[in-house]
Amino acid sequence: MTGERMTGSDVLLRALAEQGVEVIFGYPGGAVLPIYDALFKQNAIRHILVRQEGGAVHAAEGYARSTGKVGVVLVTSGPGATNAVTGLTDALMDSIPVVCLTGQVPTHLIGNDAFQEADTTGITRPCTKHNYLVKRSEDLARVVHEAFHVAQKGRPGPVVIDLPKDILQGAATYSEPPPGRHRSYNPQVKGDPSAIEQAVELMAKAKRPLFYCGGGVINSGPGASQLLTQFVHMTGFPCTLTLMGLGAVPASDKQFLGMVGMHGTYEANLAMHDCDLMINIGARFDDRVTGRLNAFSPNSVKIHVDIDPSSINKNVAVDVPIIGDAGHILEDMISIWKARQHRPDGKALDSWWKEIEAWRARDCLHYEPNDSIIKPQFALQRLFEKIKGRDHYITTEVGQHQMWAAQFLGFEKPNRWMTSGGLGTMGYGLPAAMGVQVAHPDALVIDVAGEASILMNIQEMSTLAQYRLPVKVFILNNEYMGMVRQWQELLHGGRYSESYMESLPDFVKLAEAFGATGLRASKPEEVDDLIDEMIAIDGPVIADIMVDKTENCFPMIPSGAAHNEILLGPDDKAVRPVSEEGMVLV
Amino acid sequence: MEDQDIRQHTIAVLVDNEPGVLARVIGLFSGRGYNIESLTVAEVDDAAHFSRITVVTSGTPMVVEQIKAHLGQLVPVHKVRDLTLEGSHVEAELALVKVAGTGEKRVESLRIADIFGATVDDTTLDSFVFRIDGTSEKINRFINLMRPFGMVEVVRTGVVAVSRGNKGFS
Repeated sequence: MTGERMTGSDVLLRALAEQGVEVIFGYPGGAVLPIYDALFKQNAIRHILVRQEGGAVHAAEGYARSTGKVGVVLVTSGPGATNAVTGLTDALMDSIPVVCLTGQVPTHLIGNDAFQEADTTGITRPCTKHNYLVKRSEDLARVVHEAFHVAQKGRPGPVVIDLPKDILQGAATYSEPPPGRHRSYNPQVKGDPSAIEQAVELMAKAKRPLFYCGGGVINSGPGASQLLTQFVHMTGFPCTLTLMGLGAVPASDKQFLGMVGMHGTYEANLAMHDCDLMINIGARFDDRVTGRLNAFSPNSVKIHVDIDPSSINKNVAVDVPIIGDAGHILEDMISIWKARQHRPDGKALDSWWKEIEAWRARDCLHYEPNDSIIKPQFALQRLFEKIKGRDHYITTEVGQHQMWAAQFLGFEKPNRWMTSGGLGTMGYGLPAAMGVQVAHPDALVIDVAGEASILMNIQEMSTLAQYRLPVKVFILNNEYMGMVRQWQELLHGGRYSESYMESLPDFVKLAEAFGATGLRASKPEEVDDLIDEMIAIDGPVIADIMVDKTENCFPMIPSGAAHNEILLGPDDKAVRPVSEEGMVLV
Repeated sequence: MEDQDIRQHTIAVLVDNEPGVLARVIGLFSGRGYNIESLTVAEVDDAAHFSRITVVTSGTPMVVEQIKAHLGQLVPVHKVRDLTLEGSHVEAELALVKVAGTGEKRVESLRIADIFGATVDDTTLDSFVFRIDGTSEKINRFINLMRPFGMVEVVRTGVVAVSRGNKGFS
């Protein structure tokens, strides 16, 4: 078939189909009309019309995270491309494979300040893993194939292909993906055997070991999560996960200590602080996890497995760095552990677990139940009870509700939890849920939202209606930007500057305006019925849960504090006031 | 780790000679707050379209490791080598130095240029353009000496560097 005469748009779609693309999230415009015309004439690839380009990228992210495949976006030049920038940055920070096709003015007009022209490759260079401007039609197929390679290999990320209109419109020739290794980009997958051996030896000798694992395990595929769980059981070591890693080990597992970090559990954070061996697999010592760096896990030897060499020794100096894929390295670690018939130091491990159990007994996620006001934690606990047995996926927006969702919704499997971790993008959850639902039409997909975040991409309710995507939006409505309010309360003397959401819409009526169903609960006793009804409705729902306006999210490690300075609740006074340096941190 | 010594490193990078590659490298430095003290780039293999970038930077060992890791992950980058860490290497730079003046100062500038092995690339009745090459340090010394003689302009290429011994780069 190679050598056939086609237009650039035909070549593009054929290359996408060859890469296994089934669905594109996009929005048309002048520069990409040739692609839309080619899409019209074929049936292999489905197109989901979003309502704003930012929604398209988050939808592709949700699709990618819930399937492990590459998410594909198609937007026009100029504003189409600039609207995609937030989503691209989000995908870069959270290592999500996305290929974003952007239209561009014809090559002879580039640099001319033409209508809807923007320097897309210039703008997106720092927020993509790589980007391309295709200036010759003969490069088109090769660039598309290469973009998929780059998006997926190593630490995954977003790739932009900027497509001038004349390249799309003109004649082009298709070519197959080139065989063999890429000429320059071939990230290391297998870890250094001697470093792996050294790591396993350290594990066999450890007295207070801890697994600290993250999104790298999820990105390595479901097999890596199974291997991790197996290894955790084999060793008997405790395990904590980052926000991005939730689901890599089942939340119900006895050896799982809950999430680590700023709003992680007491036991996970104290175990991080007091461990003597930290086995980091696929996590990046993010500032939300480490707290104050010079007090971070002061007495531990640190093993760090990461596919991204630039994540090693970036924030925290480690003792045994291992560059490679989490799944491959876990496999090697397990086989060495077995072959050498290692047994953990049982006595030491028992006393370590005793300490951990004492921390666990503090019940750090406890909150004061209330008969008349819905506590947000209560709403999520009820939600979790009702969805436990079902095939479900959760997305979130960003803020208090996100942290409570991470704390209260237990994830038993990988790829079930989609949240904006690194960038913290409000407005992520609804479009991401849309992408998840496209990939899993029969699953229960819930966007746990706040009333502030949901308004940032509310237009995508219209997309849900068009494609009959039965996404459930579960709003914990406290009529505040809750996390902003919490920080203002704790750090800025309770001066709630601009964090009160005035003139909020009536979310029930809003749902109806978008052809969805609106539900509301204002009292604790209404919550169960609302959730049952929400799940039963065969279509999109906005559930507006009126929750306690002043509830804060605990535990909390104040900025600039160490893990062992964690606050457990409103009555827990900080060991010392937040420092000047801490105030500067976000 | 913040207390570790800041040291200057000369890093050689082999890249595809394609549009935007220099912007990627420079953007990496500016975006992450790393220093560029000198940067040179030119195509070194016109058949394979390879360019070689020599970048002089400074930082703690952790920062320099970061820089190299990030450079290595850029798609058009084929090789990254830290010539400073790899041992002895040869560094050279070229400068054109314009000195304006007449009389005794003019004569003295010419005499010192001769001592340094600088050549006179151009002259008018009241100016010289000297060309000098060698290590950056030698050029610094030359420039400092020329200043009192009426140096009005200086341009430097930045450092190029190559390792010693019989091994090649690519």
